[in-house]
Amino acid sequence: MRHVHRLQIGPASFRIGSDWAAPIAQVADLYRDYPAPADDVCDYTVRLFAARPWRRWLRPAITLGGDFTLPEAVPMPLAWGVLAAEMAMNLQLALGERRYLLLHASAVERDGRALLMTGLSGAGKSTLAALLATRGWRLMGDEFALLDPATGRVHAFPRLVSLKNESVGVMQAAVPGARFGPLLGGTPKGDLRHLVPDADAIARMAEPAAPALVLYPRYGFADAERMVPPGEGFVRLTQASTNYTALGERGFDALTALVRSVPGIAIDYPDTDAALGAVERLWAAL
Amino acid sequence: MRYVAVDSSALRIAPLDTLSAIYHRASGITHIVDSPVPELLAALAQPRTVDELLAHLSAEYDVPDADSAALAERLAELEGAGLVMRA
Repeated sequence: MRHVHRLQIGPASFRIGSDWAAPIAQVADLYRDYPAPADDVCDYTVRLFAARPWRRWLRPAITLGGDFTLPEAVPMPLAWGVLAAEMAMNLQLALGERRYLLLHASAVERDGRALLMTGLSGAGKSTLAALLATRGWRLMGDEFALLDPATGRVHAFPRLVSLKNESVGVMQAAVPGARFGPLLGGTPKGDLRHLVPDADAIARMAEPAAPALVLYPRYGFADAERMVPPGEGFVRLTQASTNYTALGERGFDALTALVRSVPGIAIDYPDTDAALGAVERLWAAL
Repeated sequence: MRYVAVDSSALRIAPLDTLSAIYHRASGITHIVDSPVPELLAALAQPRTVDELLAHLSAEYDVPDADSAALAERLAELEGAGLVMRA
């Protein structure tokens, strides 16, 4: 790889290489406040490369590579370099991680305790986590919560926050002074823009937290709440984990302990103000 | 024909609520089961025929619809999942 950047996000270190300078320059700029890995050996290698040599120049298209690949992944336009790097980093972690149980969830922390929010794409977990981070919570991550089977605590993975469609405007209004990546229009998930987590999220990314509440939010529905019993929570979280099967018995023990000790609540919400109010109320009632 | 549960050391059983999660160490597969599966596995710590098992369950628990054909079907499912064997 001609162009390389190395960085640490929470407990995971990445080496990102590319045939092109531009995606690496963008990644290095957006992640400029993140530390470099402590040693030269990174946990994950990510490659953004041209599938054919001439595609470096002629209609350049990025193919994602690394230790793990998806055979059906479609090359992306060079202008989507940041998105390609983020997707490739997520993919390596999702399929390669063996220390922690990966939950597809956003996470925020207050007073040493973590709130996890999991749901399908569009449920609002990224937006809610990013908004809570403007209201006294520490952002631990908008995509993955890393559950440590040995301690039951959650480790942060505060990568760039991936905002989609109306969330872009919501967060630009909420944190006008924050740094954002380029607006990427017409991606498979619509308009997309990355938000750089605040300084607190980056400075404290090595601090784990004990999970205290798991929320299952759904955006675009009338206000509703219901308890999620442990059995249902277990099923939903195994589905939300990318490496549950790979962890074997450690994953089983970690997840059964989580759903038995931490309450789960499904919340439907019509708008973000309603969701933020519900989060604060449910948190205060713990 | 007698059935017996796989050795209890081969399983991790975690009661969650009305459901239980069972981790089968030999296959690495997690099963989510409802009552009476944990009770069946406990009763089959020793080999029993379907009729013996039904009699045992009826004595231990309130079994309103004792039906040996239905019990045989459940045992066949558990056998397929590797949680119960023929003794």
